[in-house]
Amino acid sequence: MTLRSLSSLLLLSLALAGCGDHSMSQQNRYSTFSKAGLFRDGTEAQPLPQGTVAQGDPERSRQITTPPAVDMALLSRGRERYDIYCSPCHGFSGHGDGMIVQRGFPAPPSYHSARLRSADAQHFFDVITHGYGAMYSYAARVEPRDRWAIIAYIRALQQSQHADVADVPELRSKLP
Amino acid sequence: MQLFRPGANTIATVMIAAIGAAPVLAVGLSYEVMLSPYVTNQNISRNQPVPFSHEHHVSGLGLDCRYCHASVEKARFAGIPPTETCMTCHSQIWTNALMLAPVRESLSKNQPIAWERVHRLPDYVYFDHSVHVAKGVGCTTCHGDVGRMRLMRQAAPLTMQWCLDCHRSPERFLRPREAVFDPNWQAPKNQAEIGPKLAAGYHINTGHLTDCTICHR
Repeated sequence: MTLRSLSSLLLLSLALAGCGDHSMSQQNRYSTFSKAGLFRDGTEAQPLPQGTVAQGDPERSRQITTPPAVDMALLSRGRERYDIYCSPCHGFSGHGDGMIVQRGFPAPPSYHSARLRSADAQHFFDVITHGYGAMYSYAARVEPRDRWAIIAYIRALQQSQHADVADVPELRSKLP
Repeated sequence: MQLFRPGANTIATVMIAAIGAAPVLAVGLSYEVMLSPYVTNQNISRNQPVPFSHEHHVSGLGLDCRYCHASVEKARFAGIPPTETCMTCHSQIWTNALMLAPVRESLSKNQPIAWERVHRLPDYVYFDHSVHVAKGVGCTTCHGDVGRMRLMRQAAPLTMQWCLDCHRSPERFLRPREAVFDPNWQAPKNQAEIGPKLAAGYHINTGHLTDCTICHR
């Protein structure tokens, strides 16, 4: 083989080797939720060591004990969060007839029952936080402030099913 | 003396043309390979430990994306739900389904389910879900018609060209805030009219959206 053909072969193999190098696109680090041989359970997602205080933890603790003031913004937030996390079972109007219940999940009690109408807000907060009966905890998915927002919206739902004509301004005059 | 046969002219012309065309074809072929699903993984459904159907859970049951992908509004990563999220419902329904055995096993052994990753960006790309959904980019704009996918697949090529396509003029895809998680959203007829207004309302600085450091940090 001549020197020229050897050198061209070398160039070609160098060029092809470039295609097989993934050190930039797959760098030597773990990405979120990737397999990780370094840890005994084989996953990158490690539970927090005991006693860890995450950034914002004092604020979250404060939110647990101090319900925010109820305004329209909080109610809208509550409605949005309720529709995402609660409506699958409790239904959009809170009668406990959501889609998952229609598919066989045990029906939760209606928010419009006498017991839940008279239950205090802390009861709802505790149920969202810790679960109740067949209901799992939603603490990981619903932040404390959002739990209070959802409770405010549940109160609005309860009122919507027990409202008098007198509760709505000027409704009487519009009725036939 | 006759050195070349009459056909030699044709062969010479073809050879000269081929020498000219070869680099063009080679580059063209490389581009085709680069943009093909073989490299981009576009539209390839992966075998998963549980054949989870987004079609059933999104279109059939009407679950919101955030019911499972709970960190999408707060973090870079949208979140793969922990096994507890699956068991929120499946502790009560389909409790003996063979299909869900890996889920029950995951819960009892406290071992995560090893899903096959469907969307993978190169490690030199910075991407944050939270800012996209906060600025009116809907889930299905990038992830396609998830509500019709029985097995998850990557709907977009996820190439740099595809990213830039939107970063150069995002107003074509922006939605009002309440429509971001709507799996059936279609751009309205007057998108050309409302798109720029939405972009202004979200304070999207289009002048800097194609800066290198937006995605390569």
